[in-house]
Amino acid sequence: MAEYKTPTSEPEFHANFAQIKPRMNNTEALFESSRCLFCFDAPCIKACPSGIDIPQFIRQINTGNTTGAARTIYEANYFGNACGKVCPTEVLCEGACVYNLQDVKPIEIGRLQSFATREAIEHNKALFGPGAPNGRKVAIIGAGPAGISAACELRSLGYEVDVFEAKSQPSGLTVYGVAPYKITNEEVLAEMTYLENQFGFRVQYNQPIASRRELEALEESYDAIFLGIGLGATNPLLLPGEERHNCVGAVEFIEQLRMRHHQTAVGRKVIVLGGGNTAMDAASESARMGAEDVILAYRRGKEEMGAYEFEYDLAKGVGVKGLFNVAPVEIVGNGKVEGVKFIRTATLHGQVQVVPGSEFVEPCDMVIKATGQAKQTQLLSLIPGLEVDNRGRIVADARTGQTTNPKYFTSGDARNGGAEVVNAAAEAKATARGIHKFLAGKY
Amino acid sequence: MPDLSINFAGIKSPNPFWLASAPPTNSGYQVMKAFDAGWGGAVWKTLGVPVVNVSSRYGGVNYRDKRLVGFNNIELISDRPLSDNLREIEEVKKRFPNHAVIASLMVQSRQEWHDIVRDVQNAGSDGIELNFGCPHGMCERGMGSAVGQEPEVLQTIVEWVMEVAKIPVIVKLTPNISDITEPAMAARRGGADAISLINTIQSIVGVDLDLFAPYPIVDGKGSNGGYCGPAVKPIALNMVKNCAQHPKVQLPISGIGGIENWRDAVEHILLGASSVQVCTAAMHFGFGIIREMTSGLEQYMSEKGFHTIYDMVGKALPNVKHWEDLNLKYKVTAQINEDKCIGCQLCYTACEDGAHQAIRLQEGTRVPEIIQENCVGCNLCSLVCPVEQCITMERRDDGTEHLTWKERTEAGTIPTEFNDERAGGRHHWVPEPAAALDKEKHKTLPGKARQYAQTAAATATATVTSSSG
Repeated sequence: MAEYKTPTSEPEFHANFAQIKPRMNNTEALFESSRCLFCFDAPCIKACPSGIDIPQFIRQINTGNTTGAARTIYEANYFGNACGKVCPTEVLCEGACVYNLQDVKPIEIGRLQSFATREAIEHNKALFGPGAPNGRKVAIIGAGPAGISAACELRSLGYEVDVFEAKSQPSGLTVYGVAPYKITNEEVLAEMTYLENQFGFRVQYNQPIASRRELEALEESYDAIFLGIGLGATNPLLLPGEERHNCVGAVEFIEQLRMRHHQTAVGRKVIVLGGGNTAMDAASESARMGAEDVILAYRRGKEEMGAYEFEYDLAKGVGVKGLFNVAPVEIVGNGKVEGVKFIRTATLHGQVQVVPGSEFVEPCDMVIKATGQAKQTQLLSLIPGLEVDNRGRIVADARTGQTTNPKYFTSGDARNGGAEVVNAAAEAKATARGIHKFLAGKY
Repeated sequence: MPDLSINFAGIKSPNPFWLASAPPTNSGYQVMKAFDAGWGGAVWKTLGVPVVNVSSRYGGVNYRDKRLVGFNNIELISDRPLSDNLREIEEVKKRFPNHAVIASLMVQSRQEWHDIVRDVQNAGSDGIELNFGCPHGMCERGMGSAVGQEPEVLQTIVEWVMEVAKIPVIVKLTPNISDITEPAMAARRGGADAISLINTIQSIVGVDLDLFAPYPIVDGKGSNGGYCGPAVKPIALNMVKNCAQHPKVQLPISGIGGIENWRDAVEHILLGASSVQVCTAAMHFGFGIIREMTSGLEQYMSEKGFHTIYDMVGKALPNVKHWEDLNLKYKVTAQINEDKCIGCQLCYTACEDGAHQAIRLQEGTRVPEIIQENCVGCNLCSLVCPVEQCITMERRDDGTEHLTWKERTEAGTIPTEFNDERAGGRHHWVPEPAAALDKEKHKTLPGKARQYAQTAAATATATVTSSSG
């Protein structure tokens, strides 16, 4: 394997992590936008969780009204540029494009979307502004897609908004958790700056809300509190040897990669445990970081992986190999990781069962666990009356996002258990309106 | 192998493709290069009274991603010395004795016409084309389309030319006139050997939204120009047909207007042209396009069994009728091939908003349904459908009846007043006007609108909603 040389400099890193949806130039945008049929009741709009009026913005691009296109996009989704690049468009808008039924390449909606929004961002086009102040304040915990989207919408409704973020940068997973070949840090942060300039909310970084005392302070000072806290660290596997050096969580690995780029250490032979989209990302990224062998180990068959097919194709495309129907039983090694002991499995009546006596050790020098993220139960337990369901998700009204503690509202991964950026952006917008409705009725 | 050669009113040419009098025929260099590439003839850029040109000179019409679907210019006739042009015509003819060189001319007085006609004859031109078409710059000085719009003046000038012409004379007509056959008949009365059409159409191709000036822009100002390119073909075809069908014209026709490939050329020929002239396509893509044109024409002729160009000249004319001679009993309605439909529903909106409300959406599928009893067979849905052969127009009458408007007029069965039962529209279904309101509420509401709608729906059901994750 070793298709990629280990990057030792920023330019080498960027070469290995070239954008899979690169920016369109004007001619590309003109040609691509000219193909849109302008379907009635367009399937692409229906397939977009944030309901962007896609035919409208494509037509606006085609007629030279790129600013109008950006407005159409942002009206529906504040993460317009990010979603254009990181959304699984293959299964959303582009997957719904009627051209698929004619075996014609669907319109590259994601790239067109980013084309329009980046124009607006770079020229700092004033599209929106805060609404007339209504004298009320909302605190937002978490500056991820949910928190920032809620902040924008609440500001447009006239609320004073303070965002409290534990990390040093905004946008949550968009900058800390998405594969770097999908979007660059600079691009993410440029959109965040643009939104902050447009709407004028305040973000306090490195400001985790972790204690009852801090929550009480918010409850006293704000009319409502929005929980956009996402998920926590990678779930422990509870396997012997998991503590060994170089056995890391996928979320932590990707975060380090996003922040430290080529300075991230990666093994020569990497085993990624898991079958979801995060596992695909971690595997692709390891390969692009110059790992000689990357093996994706999943306890069920290939067809049963949770990842989108195109994500698996992307990983295979960079040389990642699949190892299916295996369950890890131990991380072996002496101080540091030297391999994973697996046992073969078989799926019977939908249940994964181990095949007795089939253990084997697959040598490696790094293990990445992409086996799901923990819920933020610690923080949630500090909020009186806040109900979570049996899977750790915050219980909230489907339309308004209001939790069982009326002062608290929520959207994004903490509520839906983990979904796309576009879902968080769309839900948060609706929840901001829910907050507005709640507070308007209250005073 | 079909024979592509023509003898157009006495002008011989190895194939019917000529370059029209325009920038591509401005010099001997260009004409030789074109002949070398395979063009059969060239109408030399108009020679005449001295002119001075402006810059810029050309304007374009782009459609979506397509460049120059329409084109215009405010360039005048040749601004090169007459003696240079004559010498180069001579050179070209020496090298290409079997290709057609036609000199386009535009002067004013009888004496000037006599002199210049003799000059180009002496230089070895195979024919002459009288430029009575230029719609900008020259017409203000009483030439070009100013002549083409005055049949009597046109006839007089043709007569002057015929007094000295020893080679075939073609009169190039302007489309900037209500009836193209008027100047065509005048050309015949004057003794011309042939006509060519159309020249460019007076036009403004666009306006600069920042400078508030029409294209092409000359120091912040602009002028109307002459329109040509693929966009003008339908107008040219109709005028070629009008001249070809008119019993008092009866002259060979050189078809000009929107010819970019062999298909365009064949269309002109089927409507009566026996040579075709090309300009914009050569300006856009270069002389090399001739290879596609000749090979396409050859292929078509072989497949259809045409041995010479003349086997196909005017072949479509018998089928071009006046409206009153069309069969009122012929009936087609639309049919959707459900397997081919991709669900864009463009046919639905087109019929709803642009036609006769004869298509409905169906529950549970994106394939629309034709309401046969409402369909008037207008064709719009099949024209907007992006899938080949998905919407077809199927014949519904049994072919036994034939009745034309003319026959009805003769039989006295035409409607004569507004409330006449025999009027067609009285029997077509139309919906109640008020049914238009809120008709498409089911349509997916984009972005903000969707959230407002959700909020509204939530308000309605808030009392019975319990929270869930």
